Amino acid sequence: MEWEAVIGLEIHTQLATKSKIFSGAPTAYGAEPNTQACAIDLGLPGVLPVVNAEAVRMAVMFGLAVDATIAPRSVFARKNYFYPDLPKGYQISQYELPVVAHGRLDITLADGSHKRIGITRAHLEEDAGKSLHEDFHGMTGVDLNRAGTPLLEIVSEPDLRSAQEAVAYMKKVHQIVVYLGICDGNLQEGSFRCDANVSVRRKGATAFGTRAEIKNINSFRFVERAIEHEIERQVELLEGGGQVVQETRLYDPDRDETRPMRSKEEANDYRYFPDPDLLPLELDAACVAAARAALPELPDARRARFVEAFGLSPQDAEALTASRPFADYFEALVAAVGGDAKLCANWMMGEFAAALNRAGLDVTASPLGPARLAGVLQRLRDGTLSGKLAKEVFDAVWAGEGDADAVIAARGLRQITDSGAIEAIVAEVIAAHPKQAEQYRAGQEKLFGFFVGQVMKASRGKANPQQVNDLLAARLKG
Amino acid sequence: MHHLTLAELAAGLAAGDFSSRELTETLLNRVQAHDGDLNSFITVCPERALAQADAADARRAAGRAGPLTGLPVAHKDIFCTRGLRTSAGSKMLDAFVAPYDATVVERLDAAGMVLLGKTNMDEFAMGSSNESSHYGPVRNPWDTATVPGGSSGGSAAALAARLVPAATGTDTGGSIRQPAALSGITGLKPTYGRVSRWGMIAYASSLDQGGPMARSAEDCALLLGAMAGFDPRDSTSAQVPVPDYAAALGGELAGLRIGLPREYFGAGLDADVARAVEAAIDEYRRLGATLVEVSLPSTELAIPAYYVIAPSEASSNLARFDGVRYGHRCAAPRDLHDLYTRSRGEGFGAEVKRRIMVGTYALSAGYYDAYYLKAQRIRRLIRDEFLRAFETVDVLMGPTSPSVAFGLGEKADDPIALYLADIYTVAVNLAGLPAISLPCGFKQGLPVGLQIIGRHFDEARLLAVAHRYQQVTDWHRRAPAGYA
Repeated sequence: MEWEAVIGLEIHTQLATKSKIFSGAPTAYGAEPNTQACAIDLGLPGVLPVVNAEAVRMAVMFGLAVDATIAPRSVFARKNYFYPDLPKGYQISQYELPVVAHGRLDITLADGSHKRIGITRAHLEEDAGKSLHEDFHGMTGVDLNRAGTPLLEIVSEPDLRSAQEAVAYMKKVHQIVVYLGICDGNLQEGSFRCDANVSVRRKGATAFGTRAEIKNINSFRFVERAIEHEIERQVELLEGGGQVVQETRLYDPDRDETRPMRSKEEANDYRYFPDPDLLPLELDAACVAAARAALPELPDARRARFVEAFGLSPQDAEALTASRPFADYFEALVAAVGGDAKLCANWMMGEFAAALNRAGLDVTASPLGPARLAGVLQRLRDGTLSGKLAKEVFDAVWAGEGDADAVIAARGLRQITDSGAIEAIVAEVIAAHPKQAEQYRAGQEKLFGFFVGQVMKASRGKANPQQVNDLLAARLKG
Repeated sequence: MHHLTLAELAAGLAAGDFSSRELTETLLNRVQAHDGDLNSFITVCPERALAQADAADARRAAGRAGPLTGLPVAHKDIFCTRGLRTSAGSKMLDAFVAPYDATVVERLDAAGMVLLGKTNMDEFAMGSSNESSHYGPVRNPWDTATVPGGSSGGSAAALAARLVPAATGTDTGGSIRQPAALSGITGLKPTYGRVSRWGMIAYASSLDQGGPMARSAEDCALLLGAMAGFDPRDSTSAQVPVPDYAAALGGELAGLRIGLPREYFGAGLDADVARAVEAAIDEYRRLGATLVEVSLPSTELAIPAYYVIAPSEASSNLARFDGVRYGHRCAAPRDLHDLYTRSRGEGFGAEVKRRIMVGTYALSAGYYDAYYLKAQRIRRLIRDEFLRAFETVDVLMGPTSPSVAFGLGEKADDPIALYLADIYTVAVNLAGLPAISLPCGFKQGLPVGLQIIGRHFDEARLLAVAHRYQQVTDWHRRAPAGYA
């Protein structure tokens, strides 16, 4: 029997504001417990929330980036439940009227085709604190540093049909929020995490199956595996004559399985109602227009422009625009080199990416700015350096030995392009290997490479390879 | 000097007739002498008060005194005071000391007022008899066998007994006006958003409003001028300029159109209270005002709507008192559930628990539409009716409370009877309007209050209208026997 998975994702994006969504306390990650929480975050009596305008602006930017409707009036509501790391006994969120609704984005599938995924809504809310169960000997510690951190919860339509599509969608949302600068995108620190709603149905069926919700998945790899396992579990269950129970499950990456967390039936009645401490959030056209004007070029548009303006292949353009800083670097490099985008692209994706990778650095932490790399590529283009020498120079520049010209001068790496000088070396080499010259002339053409090698060695790698080839060919014939 | 009004004391301080220290010492002695009977204070802070008095005297000597500098005040114990316990009348917060001042506290502090202490109140402002306080009931100085009204009953009783010349209160469904009426003092509930709620412990956020309580409208005007104004820390506070209320007190009433809501003079109103209120209205007619009968047909819906909305918000507002971070925590909790249930079970009194349960029920899935949403629709209806009435009249007048002060314990077992007595006050909160209660007579030695309701942000008119009456009557000057 053929089964089809139906998947929707709820992505919690931590907005990169300096202060919390309803208080002035800082949002920095990794501080000592309870040092980044003020009276408001602690839910002391008499304190009141005031919405952070920057968090609202970021939510609007996201909405615009996914062609969504920005609600002229949205409402903060209270989601009531008791938990030690929820200081007020309720979470301020948006319920009936979210700030962003009816958006969409396109993902690229494995076969290169595109699929449109609907975004039901995106709403602003505050994060809770953290309960710490270890190191407290049968008690629970509470750290409220995270309490009140702004989140944008992005809810997709159930448009995803496989774990791979879900990952592609999650990566796309990640790319957009990082491009917009509204999220640091750090999955390890929990800045970008997701819940997956998964159900299966017979292929061709139109009704949805009963879904399970997998909570708090914080890596692309885990999303794929968690969903795959959940699909398998549900199919096995149904094929065995069983039924899927609507429940919340947790993915355990160590055991590579999902297991039930708590049943929805037992879950809280959250008693949502509009928060009387906050006025409805009203956004006029001018405010939306200002956010629109501040939107950076988004990945899809940038990729298309790279193909168009630089004559790059769609694959190269995709790789170069994967992150905004990488694409920024590329554009700065092309400008500094003064053209030859293809050469720049090859170096960015080749030597440069490899060097970053070796050093474990992000492009933003590169020791080599675009101007320095451009210096190397210019010497390559004007013939001062061969490709091989350019790589040596690149390594030296990366290592901090100065700019390309300084390295070339210090190491004497200037390419030899004087025909007379190369011809002299060629003559010397042939004279030193009469036997091989004879064999070559007798038809052993593969010995040509031997002579090239000898000439390059004699020139300490500096002879222009093309000229070496031409001159060797001419001389050996003689 | 304890019998003088705030305005008279201000003049005395300015003239150098006495110092703030002398005044403060006099009143502290009075509190000590009388409050054992009345129980109007939860906390008295003599050292802090005397230090503030000395600072005020120094400020005056340096020529930097404002109109309120050196004048004593008491805050309802629902306003957070940095370094001084704020209990909200609850065992839950018996040991709570806020690390911040409420905006109202901060502003009166900056004006140079001297804080004598924190006044008793119904627990978390839930009540209208001041019997639900963890610190025991407050007694009405006019007859200590009766209640002073609530929830700001401590402030009202302290004012009536001439222990303080000024106090703050909060009014969610009548908690400033009703005790003002029952204790024979003057109290103003401002427009919702007029006074910042920052640092004021929430009962029902969309209805709560802090305001002045004093012995005259003129004194309320002085206080409100210092308390009111936009506060960026309270998103619901209004960006509406604050007029000079004291300067607006003069003027005649000729041309004033007074609306008399038919529903405010119907069944349930005590005949003697009705007579006193009608006599006051007649006085206004003599002063040149025009009387217009109006109708507010949804008045009877105000109580059920209020007793859905206020408990709903309260059930959520009081969720933070969970024994985890501050407040009462039960001894040796076995687990999380035990910690919650026993801490809250022990920390809250019966009335608070009743309202939390009612509110939780009203917000529950399946009941939300039938209760909360319906109540919100009634709320809009009530507001619209008021606004329509204000198209033809300038103010509305009627009784503040259907009866005078009742006996302590008399209604303790009948919460519904207590709720029904809020009939003339709760609609004002639902509509967000300002209203003032002022003394207008007595029934068997117990004060009767006249309520004047105004348009949104029309406090200046309310104060002027009340002041005009107090210029030609002396009800507000009468003191209970033994406290003159």
